[in-house]
Amino acid sequence: MSEAKKFLYVNRKAPYGTIYALESLEVVLIGAAFEQDVSLAFLDDGVFQLTRDQNTDEIGVKNFSPTFRALGDYEVTKLFVEKESLEERGLEPSDLQEIMYEDEDDDWEEKPSIQIVSRSEMADIMSDQDVVLSF
Amino acid sequence: MKFGIVVSEGPYTHQAADTAYHFAKAALDKGHEVPRVFFYHDGVNVATNLSVPPQDERQIQKNWTALAKANDIDMVVCIAAAQRRGILDENEAKRQGKDASNLAEGFRISGLGQLIEMGIECDRTVTFGD
Amino acid sequence: MSTLHTVNKSPFGDSAFNSCLAHCKPGDAVLLIEDGVYGAVAGSAVAANVEARAGDVSFYVLDGDTKARGLAAGKLIQQVKPVGYDGFVDLVAEHDRTQSWL
Repeated sequence: MSEAKKFLYVNRKAPYGTIYALESLEVVLIGAAFEQDVSLAFLDDGVFQLTRDQNTDEIGVKNFSPTFRALGDYEVTKLFVEKESLEERGLEPSDLQEIMYEDEDDDWEEKPSIQIVSRSEMADIMSDQDVVLSF
Repeated sequence: MKFGIVVSEGPYTHQAADTAYHFAKAALDKGHEVPRVFFYHDGVNVATNLSVPPQDERQIQKNWTALAKANDIDMVVCIAAAQRRGILDENEAKRQGKDASNLAEGFRISGLGQLIEMGIECDRTVTFGD
Repeated sequence: MSTLHTVNKSPFGDSAFNSCLAHCKPGDAVLLIEDGVYGAVAGSAVAANVEARAGDVSFYVLDGDTKARGLAAGKLIQQVKPVGYDGFVDLVAEHDRTQSWL
């Protein structure tokens, strides 16, 4: 295969109310097998996808939030979360799940996959991609 | 140039499938290639052959089928999204023990890998949704 | 390296347009399609946001969508250029990537 392309999955929608978040995650999991340079962006209501303590028992919908913690096993390790989007929604980084990966280039040290970035850093990330898939 | 197109909303409720259609047509008219269109989320509903809109309305599925036929477009419907929403080809219907299938001519059902492959192979990927 | 952003929702009921404006970079283009064309109406509550970025970002509307909605060219913000589907195709080709603000 030729050189890997940079894929960005843009998540701007909250989970459960609509299916976009779940079906976005399904693309990410399948896409991981293609060994491209993958990043995930969470902004606007998309930041709600990563919150802790999601419990869907009473709505009868599958809770897919634990799947984010498995992304490291698929070598999906760049989850960019926009600081301003969190703040506007009364959230802090500590309200988000802890998502770790083992860095094979650094003696398998455990590192956080979530990186909190400013709005202007998010704009830079978006402008440095080959393919942007929005959900 | 090669354009890959994603349609991620269903027909009639949203304009996405219409805009995508006009865009694909315009791209082909300008001499570009549209090797593949990928239908995802409710976009898979474009592929049902059971849709019977009034005759004086646009025929979204039929228009796509005709465009694909004339221009050799590979129209792929995501299998996971399609199964959730009741879009089945003959094989899938048999496999799932259903007595009917409804995948329209010109569409094929396949996996999400086809979406990623489209992003890799095409020069541009454009998503139409809501 | 530049991006074509598309917005398909009215800015009066959805944050996509404002979020797009907050993330686009100098040299980028924004194309308003479908209900997104309402973001190009002159004198609206969001017109100033468009005008503020019009110096470093190019704005376009999809002509068919403005006509469908009864928005004559005279009602649009001056810096916004109407394009047809063929112009949409050119914009996608001219920019390195297209980001849809769904």
